Amino acid sequence: MQFTSVSFLLFMAVLLIVYYRVPGELQWTVLLAASGWFYLWAGAEYLGFLLFTILTTYGCTTWMARNNTRREARLAQLPQAEKRACRAAVKGKNRAILALCLSSNFAALFLCKACLTEPLRTMVSGSRVSFLSLGLPLGISFYMFQSMGYVTDVYRETVKAERNPGKLALFTAYFPQLVQGPISRFSQLAPQLLRPHRFDGKQVSFGLQRMLWGYFKKLVIADRIAVAVAALKAPEYTGAAFLVLSVFYAVQIYADFTGGMDIALGLSQALGIVLPENFTRPFFSKNIAVYWRRWHITLGAWMKDYVFYPLSVSAPLRKLSRSARRKFGNFGKRLPVYIASAVTWSVTGIWHGLTPNFLVWGLLNCLVIVVSEELTPLYARFHNRFSFKEKRWYGWFEVLRTFLLMNLIRACDLFPSVMEYFRRTGSLLTAFQPHILWDGTLMQLGLSGLDYGILAAGITLMFTVSLVQEKKGCIRELLWQGGPMVRYALTFALLLTVLLMGNYGIGYQASNFLYNQF
Amino acid sequence: MDRILEILWELHPDVDFETAGHLIDDGILDSFDIVTIASEVDLDYGVTIPAEALTPENFNSARAIYALVERLVKE
Amino acid sequence: MRKRLSLWAALMLSAAILLLIQALLVPKYMVSSREGALIGEYYANAGNNDVIFIGDCEVYENFSPITLWEEYGITSYIRGSAQQTIWQSYYLLEETFRYETPKVVVFSVLAMKYDTPESTGSQSRREAYNRMTLDTMRLSSAKLGAIQASMTQKEREWEGIYSYLFPLLRYHDRWSQLTEEDITYWLKREPVSDNGYLMQTGVRPMVDAHISPPLADYSFGENSWYYLEKMAALCASHGTRLVLIKAPSLYPVWWWEWDGQIRQFAQENGLTYINMLESLEDIGIDWNTDTYDTGLHLNVSGAEKAASWFGKILAEECGIPDRRQEAEIASLWADKAAVYYDRKQSMTP
Repeated sequence: MQFTSVSFLLFMAVLLIVYYRVPGELQWTVLLAASGWFYLWAGAEYLGFLLFTILTTYGCTTWMARNNTRREARLAQLPQAEKRACRAAVKGKNRAILALCLSSNFAALFLCKACLTEPLRTMVSGSRVSFLSLGLPLGISFYMFQSMGYVTDVYRETVKAERNPGKLALFTAYFPQLVQGPISRFSQLAPQLLRPHRFDGKQVSFGLQRMLWGYFKKLVIADRIAVAVAALKAPEYTGAAFLVLSVFYAVQIYADFTGGMDIALGLSQALGIVLPENFTRPFFSKNIAVYWRRWHITLGAWMKDYVFYPLSVSAPLRKLSRSARRKFGNFGKRLPVYIASAVTWSVTGIWHGLTPNFLVWGLLNCLVIVVSEELTPLYARFHNRFSFKEKRWYGWFEVLRTFLLMNLIRACDLFPSVMEYFRRTGSLLTAFQPHILWDGTLMQLGLSGLDYGILAAGITLMFTVSLVQEKKGCIRELLWQGGPMVRYALTFALLLTVLLMGNYGIGYQASNFLYNQF
Repeated sequence: MDRILEILWELHPDVDFETAGHLIDDGILDSFDIVTIASEVDLDYGVTIPAEALTPENFNSARAIYALVERLVKE
Repeated sequence: MRKRLSLWAALMLSAAILLLIQALLVPKYMVSSREGALIGEYYANAGNNDVIFIGDCEVYENFSPITLWEEYGITSYIRGSAQQTIWQSYYLLEETFRYETPKVVVFSVLAMKYDTPESTGSQSRREAYNRMTLDTMRLSSAKLGAIQASMTQKEREWEGIYSYLFPLLRYHDRWSQLTEEDITYWLKREPVSDNGYLMQTGVRPMVDAHISPPLADYSFGENSWYYLEKMAALCASHGTRLVLIKAPSLYPVWWWEWDGQIRQFAQENGLTYINMLESLEDIGIDWNTDTYDTGLHLNVSGAEKAASWFGKILAEECGIPDRRQEAEIASLWADKAAVYYDRKQSMTP
C-alpha cells in the first residue's frame, strides 16, 4: 500500500473515524493495529526485519534498565569510595548490550540491503540503486535508525526504557513515518503517541490540507518531471543538458521527498501527533553547511548525535587532537573535526546505498564543507574589502550558487558509475553546448509543451509558497484567517488540480516515492 | 568562566558571549564549534564531555557551558 | 446549524462539479469506437426478449435482430461488445437474468480461445477493450464480478477497481485530448445499435484465404471451461436453453480441434451446438458482397442472411414463438425497424 493509492486513502478515512471514536486511552492501540495492518499490506515479506528490530530493541533496553535498577539498589548500600567502580561496571555491561544490539541490527540492515534487495532489484529491472529507487520497500533504514537512536538514549540514560512491548512496537512502526521518515526521537514522539487526543477540527483539516499539498508536489510535479530526468540520463546528454538534468533532478527529488513528508506529517497532524520537520526550504540556503541543516534534517541530526559527536569526543580522536595541535598549530586543532566529519559523511553516504556513488557523494559533501570552513578567513578578508555582502542581490547569488553546487553533487547518484558522473561533470567545462536549450532537444524528452507549462506553473506555485512561508510563516494559518469559504474553495481547487493534472493511474508508471526504499 | 569566554571568542570574535543565550538556536555555534569547544575543555580542564552532553541546552550560553564543565569536574 | 448547512451545500456543489468533469472526460463512444456504447444500450431495451445473444463481434456484427423479427416474429437482443471475453459474457448473462428471463441464450464460442486477460494480447489493448465492455455497464454485483475477472495484471497493480467505479481516476488526463464529440455528447447519448446489432454497410471482398499457423496446443484453458460450465448452469437454473454457436466468420480461424471439444461438451451437457461455418452455402454467404473486412466480419447484407438462416432454427428447433400478432410488441418493433432502415439508408453510400 502506497501513500498515493486509493486503498490508502480509504484506510486513512476508516482510521480517522475509529481513532476519534474510541476512548483516549485506547487510541494508541488503534494506531498500533493500523501500523501493523499497513505493514502487512505493504511489505509483509519484510515483516521479519521489523519484528527483529522491535524484539532486540525491547530486549536490550529492558535488560539495560534492569541493570540500572540493580545498580541504584546497590549504590545505596555501598560506601562512597566504591560507588564509582560500581557505576563503571554497570556502564561497561550496558555498553556490551548496546554493542550487541547495534551490531546485530546493522548486520540485519546490511543483510537486507546488500544480499536480499539490491541484487534482486538489479536482476529484475536492471535498474540501479539511487535516491529514486533503492531496493528496500518500507524504509528499513528509517525505523532501524530511529530504534537504534532510542537504544543509545537508554544506554546514555537520557530516556527511560519502555516496559510495554506494544508501546515500543508502536514507536518503531508508527506508520506515517515508517515509509520514509522523519526519524523521530523517543523522548519527542513516544509521549505523543501514548497520550489521548481529542478531535480538533482545525488540526485535522490542517493535516488533510498538508497531505493534499504533498500529493500535489508528488503527483503533479515530481512524477511528471521524472520522465524528463529518466530521458536525460542517456549518455549523449552532456554539457548544458547535464546542467538541465541536475536542475530537473533537484526539482524531482525535492517535490517527491518533501511531498512525501507533507503527506506523512499531514497525516500525523490529523491524528494529533506532531512529527519533526524534515525540510525547512533548503533551497534558500546560502551555503552548504546551512543547506544540510535544512535538508533531511532528522537524518542529519541523527548522524550528528549518534556518529559525529561520539566520534569527535572518542579517546583516539582526543589523542590525535593533542598531537595534531603540537604539529600543525591551528589547522591541527580542526583536523580531528574534519576526520569525524569525513567518517560521518561516509556513513551518511552508505546509508543511502551500498554503492561507490554514495560514498563519493558523501565525501564530496564533506569536502565542500571542509574547504569552505578552511576558506572562511579568506572570505572574511574579501568581504571586508568589497562591501556587497549585505546587499540583497548578493544574498540571492549565494542561494543560487548553493543550489547549483548541491545539484552537481546530488547528480552523483544518477549514473551507474562514478566515472560516468565525472565525465558528465567535466563536460560542463569542455563541451557546454548551450544550443541544446533552444534547438528543440528539450521537447524530445517525453514531455509535451503542455507538460512543461504545468511544470512551470507548479514550480512557480511551490516557490511562491516557500517564499511566503519564509517571510510570513504557516500558509494554512494565513488561509484560516481568510474564512471558511476561501479556504474551502482553495482546497477544492487544489484537489481538482491534483486529480486532473497528477501523473497517476494506468497511463503512467508513477514512480515510488524516491526515498521510501532506504 | 573567563577561560570559557576566551575559547568562544577565539571561535567567533564578533559575538557578545557574555549576554548571548541562544547560541545554538540562533545558529551562532555549529557542530564544528561544539566539538572544538569540547576538545579545548578537554585540554584545559582535563575533563571529557561525553557525547550525550553535547546538547543544545548545554551549549546555548557561555554560562551553560561553564555549568556543564563544573558539573563534570565535580564528578 | 447554518454552518452545517453551508458545509453540506459546499460538499454537494463540489460533488456536482466532480461529476460534471467526469462526464466530460469519459470517452463517449458515439462517433469513435462506437462498440463501447453497446453494453449500456441494453437497459432501455430490456425485458420481453425471447432470445439473447452473448459474445464478441461475432454476434454484434453477424446477426440482425430486425431480420429475426420481420421473418419469424422473434424478439431478440445482442449483448455483444468488442473482444468480449467469456468471463465478461458470463457476468453479462448474470446481469441479463436480473432484467428478464429469455427462452434461449445464444453464446458465441470463439471467446473460449482466451483463457486469461493477459492471453488476449497486449495488456494496454486488453484494458481498452475491458473499458469498452465495462464502462457503460450499470453498477451491480455482476459488474463488480466482471471487473474483478477482467482486470489485467497491470490494472490490478493500479487498483483498477476504483477507476472502474470512478472513471475520473482513469480518464483524468483526457482533458488534453477532448474533441467535439466530447462536447456534443457531454450529457446525452444516442443509440448506435439496433437491439445490440452494430451495422456495417461497407463491402470489402475476401481476396485470399487467411492462413493461420498451427497451434502447439489446441485444448481450451481451465478458466474458459470454468466460465462455460457456469454459463450452462446459470441458464439451466433459469430454465433457459443455451445454444452454442460458431458464427459464420472465416477469421480468426476456428480450428477443427476446437470444434471437437465444443461438440463433445455440448453432447455431454445436452446443449445445442451449431457451427455455422459448415452451412455457409446454405446460409448463402457470398464473400464478395457480404463482408466489410475481407471475411473477418459480415456486413449488413451478411448479417441479415445469417439471421434469416438462424431464425429458422430458433423458431423450429427451439420453439421461439412468433409475436407479430401481439399488438404492443409489434408496434414497438415496427419503430425499431423504422430506425433500422433509416440507419441503413443513411449509411449506404
